Amino acid sequence: MNSTLQHPIAPTDTELIIEVQNLSKHYDSLKAVDGITFDVRKGEVFGILGPNGSGKTTTIRMLCGILQPSGGTGSAAGFDILKDSEKIKSRIGYMSQKFSLYDDLTVLENLRFYAGVQAIPRSTRKERVREMLELAGLVNRQEQLTAHLSGGWKQRLALSCALIHKPEIIFLDEPTAGVDPVSRRRFWDMIHQISDTGATFLVTTHYMDEAEQFNRLLFMSQGKIIAEGAPETIKNEHFHNELWKVECDKPARALRELQGLEGITDVSLPGNALHVTTAKSFPAPEVIQRVLQKSRISVYSVSKTRPSLEDVFVSLTTLAADGQNGNLPAEETK
Amino acid sequence: MINWLRLFAVVNKEFIHIRRDKLTLGIILGIPIIQLTLFGYAVNTNVDHIPTVVCDLSNSREARLFVDRMVNTSYFDLVGHVGSFEEARTAIDQEHAKVAVLFKSDYSRSVKRGSAEIGVLVDASDPLLASSALSASAQVGLDMNIEIIGEQLTATGGVTAPYDVRVRALYNPDLRSANYIVPGLIGVILTMTMVLVTAVAIVRERESGALEALITTPVSKAELMIGKIIPYVVVGFIQMSLVLLIAMKVFDIQLRGSFVELYAIGFVFIIASLGVGMVISTIAKTQIQAMQMAFFFFLPNILLSGCMFPVSSMPWIIQKLSHALPLTYFLITLRGILLKGSALANLWEFVWPLALFAPVIVIIGILRFSKKLS
Repeated sequence: MNSTLQHPIAPTDTELIIEVQNLSKHYDSLKAVDGITFDVRKGEVFGILGPNGSGKTTTIRMLCGILQPSGGTGSAAGFDILKDSEKIKSRIGYMSQKFSLYDDLTVLENLRFYAGVQAIPRSTRKERVREMLELAGLVNRQEQLTAHLSGGWKQRLALSCALIHKPEIIFLDEPTAGVDPVSRRRFWDMIHQISDTGATFLVTTHYMDEAEQFNRLLFMSQGKIIAEGAPETIKNEHFHNELWKVECDKPARALRELQGLEGITDVSLPGNALHVTTAKSFPAPEVIQRVLQKSRISVYSVSKTRPSLEDVFVSLTTLAADGQNGNLPAEETK
Repeated sequence: MINWLRLFAVVNKEFIHIRRDKLTLGIILGIPIIQLTLFGYAVNTNVDHIPTVVCDLSNSREARLFVDRMVNTSYFDLVGHVGSFEEARTAIDQEHAKVAVLFKSDYSRSVKRGSAEIGVLVDASDPLLASSALSASAQVGLDMNIEIIGEQLTATGGVTAPYDVRVRALYNPDLRSANYIVPGLIGVILTMTMVLVTAVAIVRERESGALEALITTPVSKAELMIGKIIPYVVVGFIQMSLVLLIAMKVFDIQLRGSFVELYAIGFVFIIASLGVGMVISTIAKTQIQAMQMAFFFFLPNILLSGCMFPVSSMPWIIQKLSHALPLTYFLITLRGILLKGSALANLWEFVWPLALFAPVIVIIGILRFSKKLS
């Protein structure tokens, strides 16, 4: 399976399985989620991206029916999240950031427990547990205590526990946090494999490189949606800046020199070359050449490059943060 | 309303937790055995063998006779002689003795004259010990007086004593403290462990994050709470059997009533205690908080339930408080069945409040538990 290497094929089915209107959650004065509206189509792998504290987890918890929204409406799998939260629970699978496994139970015991609380009849239970063990590649470890599993295995076991009752929607809250890259890839393979059977996934992450895994996604920042759409659409529509690839001597020093300069919104060092984001009209090659030469850093090349989703996201969050900082005092003076 | 597959899954999982957690299991089963054995022996309200010094300034046969009589009661142990009343006082101050017996230099002559004073100093900082020493020493004097009066009366022709008080100590003819203390301890041990295990069991799951996943499943509040209680009922029965076994084998306490009724009331009390733990676990945010609340619950139970001190001698308002504690009712019924051989039916006025409390507190626990995050 090489689905991790390319964009998954968007489902043709347009039936909506999650609909959210103006949903919000307030804690006193803090607006954890601030009036968001979006929908998810049946069979999609849908992503919510955003930095820590942007409201991703709160959104997922409200959709699962374990957190009472402060306002707005929403439905999941055909049930109202405010009135029918208990009915939603038999249709969904949920995996929290902490993996929610019982460390003192074996792999098999954890799976059997979740099969039990999902009331899977005894006649089919054994088969379901077996399927899940095979899917997660845990057949040889079924007698191991969960506490002794490494992060990647735990993650796949937690996903199996969330999948055991064949839910229509699977909510995964930062499932890949703290897991090594090989395990992350295997995990995504598992998700696409299940997705092919028609299940819908709603996944939060703050790993930008995972954004390419989604059919559609939305960016959240400070409780609000700041961009939404398929990865390509977001790249095309939401990047209003210019991205320059700068190859030079001593890139780490160059990064420090360029950071915070007037007209430069972001500088990062994803590999050997610097990525410099600037405003559209900014004469980047000239300025970069001049600044770096002054610091005795030789510049080999400065060229325009296509932004990755990460670049888009960083520019969007910076914009959102600036926007808010700029707006707040104005509103207070009203 | 209850789905058996789900309930069984929760019960089974709890049993695995208990089996794997060797330390908690050790505490649940080991601590009661140690506590019962230690306290059962140590807590003794019949104070005897009190260390005693003698200051005999008369150095007479009569004084030695009196001291011998005192030692023979077994309430007093002679630990030494001192040369002056001041030294006798010092001996008590310095904790060498709890009692000092003082004879003046003219004691021998006074006895012969027919009016002799004997001084007894008692360290009353421990009232239990003091009252024991007071009554025992007074009794020695009284016995000797009666002997002398009797001799004189017999010599002059004789009369019989008109009053004859005959006391029969029911249920515990040897007045052994253990008969009172050990059932009390059974109750205290059951309360402490049962409340603590459930109080911590649910909060622990909340802290580990497992509860968050659990409440997104269709498992109902009742299935979850009852499923968590059932394994601990079994643990409670094992614990109760262990302490009863020790009570009978080590402390020689005979079960006079019905074995079945004893376990029936034990069952009700275990459910009541587990219910209290459940309610605590729905309030506490962390395991530490749960433990603090459990201990806050234990203190009045230990002091006011009558497990060590009789409720009847408490002030009116405290007695009311005492009758708000499930342990008070359990102890009355437990002692009734164990020591007196009473039938549950005859103890009904103490049984029904407990039988009502147990299901009510469990239902409160279930209702208070929320499948939402706060």
